[in-house]
Amino acid sequence: MDIQLKRGLLDICVLAAIKNEDSYGYKIIKDLKPYIELSESTLYTILKRLETANMMTVKTAEHGGRLRKYYHITEEGLRRIEEFKNEWTEIMSIYKFVSKEDNVND
Amino acid sequence: MTKLKFLLSLHDKLSDLPQNEVEERLSFYSEMIEDRMEEGLSEEEAVSAIGSVDEIASQIVADIPLTKIVKEKIKPAKKLKTWEIILLVLGSPIWLSLAIAAISVIFSLYVSLWAVIISLWAVYGSLIGCAIGFIIAGIVIFITGNDLTGIAMLGAGLVCTGLSVFAFYGCKAITKGILLLTKTVALKIKKSLIKKEDA
Repeated sequence: MDIQLKRGLLDICVLAAIKNEDSYGYKIIKDLKPYIELSESTLYTILKRLETANMMTVKTAEHGGRLRKYYHITEEGLRRIEEFKNEWTEIMSIYKFVSKEDNVND
Repeated sequence: MTKLKFLLSLHDKLSDLPQNEVEERLSFYSEMIEDRMEEGLSEEEAVSAIGSVDEIASQIVADIPLTKIVKEKIKPAKKLKTWEIILLVLGSPIWLSLAIAAISVIFSLYVSLWAVIISLWAVYGSLIGCAIGFIIAGIVIFITGNDLTGIAMLGAGLVCTGLSVFAFYGCKAITKGILLLTKTVALKIKKSLIKKEDA
């Protein structure tokens, strides 16, 4: 996938991964694996970005005798997902347009 | 590669970056490795699943804005010491219990020092007790007619009195010494903490 396109999508994917319940780093990567490839360092950067943008909060909790960071989506984050869904209908219509051009050229 | 080795070499590669940022990233990778191990991977496999240290390091450097790196370069260097990384790795789970352990060790040291002081003064007290007891008993026995035993007991009482005089100065010196020692240690601990913040 194109890097620029992927970058935009990754933020949304991470938000979606914590949308229904709080999640932690490794689980986010695992949950997204079937859809989009995500490395640890990329995830770290995205999490930082989302946190700075107030789209999620971080809390540290104990798990099996060690500490683990859990990420919790905020109202702002939920709004961003909705925004994306709206954007996507636009993108879909652009996709249709692009595909149609193909047909015309054929 | 073990987790510790991985984190240490990653830390080495990032030594020019802001340390709080490095620390946060190290604990992030540490958590990732641990979560993989929890899922059944061996330490070796979990570490290699994260990727190579070089790759990660260059990605991180690319991520951090140049201005931040320059700022860090200008600042006097404060690097995480190896033992701090080891603590971070080993201790990330159990900071609280480690702190409690450290405090209880210090507390028990204090208690044992005070126990030494108390036992010294107890010896001193018992010497005085012996001295008084021997002298009174000696006088009583002497008066009731058993002269030799009475004199012997009086003698023992005087010996105890003499010893207790010595013991008093001994105990005083040792008590002073121990108190001075605890003061010095406390001061050293404080100084080392302050030094850390200054650096």
